[in-house]
Amino acid sequence: MNSEILKKTPLTEVHRAAGAKLVPFAGYEMPVVYKSPVEEHLTVRNHAGLFDVSHMGEVFITGPDALALIQTLTCNNVEKLQDGQIHYSGLMYPEGTFVDDLLVHRFNATKFMLCVNASNRLKDVQWIMDHCRGQVRVEDLSDDYAQIAIQGPKALATLQPMVDVDLSAIRYYWFTQGHVDGVPAIIARTGYTGEDGFEIYTPNDPAARIWQKLLETGAPHGVAACGLAARNTLRLEAKMALYGNDIDQTTTVLEADLEWICKLKKGDFIGREALLKQKEAGLQRKLVGFEMMDRAIARDHYPVAIDGRVVSHVSSGSFAPYLKKNIGLAYLPISHAAVGSRLQVEVRGALCEARVVETPFYKRNY
Amino acid sequence: MISDDFLYTKEHEWVRAENGDAAIGITHHAQEELGDIIFVDPPKVGAVVRQGDPLGAVESVKAVSDVYAPVSGEVIEINELLSEKPELINQDPSGQGWIAKIRLSHKEELDGLLSADEYEAWINEEKKH
Repeated sequence: MNSEILKKTPLTEVHRAAGAKLVPFAGYEMPVVYKSPVEEHLTVRNHAGLFDVSHMGEVFITGPDALALIQTLTCNNVEKLQDGQIHYSGLMYPEGTFVDDLLVHRFNATKFMLCVNASNRLKDVQWIMDHCRGQVRVEDLSDDYAQIAIQGPKALATLQPMVDVDLSAIRYYWFTQGHVDGVPAIIARTGYTGEDGFEIYTPNDPAARIWQKLLETGAPHGVAACGLAARNTLRLEAKMALYGNDIDQTTTVLEADLEWICKLKKGDFIGREALLKQKEAGLQRKLVGFEMMDRAIARDHYPVAIDGRVVSHVSSGSFAPYLKKNIGLAYLPISHAAVGSRLQVEVRGALCEARVVETPFYKRNY
Repeated sequence: MISDDFLYTKEHEWVRAENGDAAIGITHHAQEELGDIIFVDPPKVGAVVRQGDPLGAVESVKAVSDVYAPVSGEVIEINELLSEKPELINQDPSGQGWIAKIRLSHKEELDGLLSADEYEAWINEEKKH
């Protein structure tokens, strides 16, 4: 089945030794589940969970023209970022569709780090290189970094004893450079679960030791190692988009209901013209969240119908372990995208009723 | 986990025949592969099925697994408990986690099913791929 050799993260063997189930994911051998995706999901909501996300890409853009380059390539307004601040953004094609979605970290006016999807990394770097202008350096340092996410209400309490910075002073979507267990690290208050938490970027070698120590210091708080299956259901409850499912090269940032990262007034950027036109003409379709009314689980790629006629497919769908509902995301014609609108999902040949609901499905209350 | 009283299919269903009726379910191995089972799409009582027909589905967080009729006949009973407690399949796949009972119309089909030893060999065979 695997004709190509899978890459390992610095933690792959730690997961294997701990009994995790490993699967190929974005070219890496990754833990999909340790014991139970439902338990791991609830552990993150109620305590905190550890995720190995070392497959994610870290691309550094530096130099006097770094800011201008990122401003041209992405749809959010990089001018607004302060030193130590992070924002979510889209790397855009001229059509206003996604090369990738990413986090932009500003160290200072001449140094930025982009955290990109593993499966898009090479494409992203090529795209960025192809559009380089002026004095700027693009470095893909993904292979030099391990990334560990600790997510959940107990994330701060677990991580604090291991770092030399005051974590409570880092605001959501900000980062700092400090040490984790004596190792230099980028400590960002970000995540992909809908919970408070941190994403820690460290050199590869000490990553396994840091992972084990986090599990130890977290044990009294109920912290456990989690797999990608839980990460997926967590991000879906929080309605965070997954590239390849909910957004891709065919969906615009406006259609994806991500207008909040699309700053059309910031000045020129790749995709702006197309997006301005689309906004002026009015959207034809939009990504919405839905909840199943019939007892059935909507899965990725299941057909979606309105009044019995197939209009699209489920971009992401699952049982939601915390909400205990069957939820999903799909692109719907704008005429049927309002909260309360009805749709049907075809499940094993049967059309099952669903309705558009407010998103995010889950919002933390702290 | 694999019992001699049971017959098996390559699709990881078990069959336990008694007096012309057969209880069926999915195997321990199948539930282990699926993980947390959260929903069972049950067969319909009264449905007449042929061996190999889709009978229903068992869904975990990760995946859907179709359940095929391991034998032909009429569905005479389904396990109502699974509607509220689908996790019974994880906890006791060949006992409280039974899925349906079928009145056999072609008893000879039983001869074509796998014995416990054959099923175990099949699992090992599958693992190699």
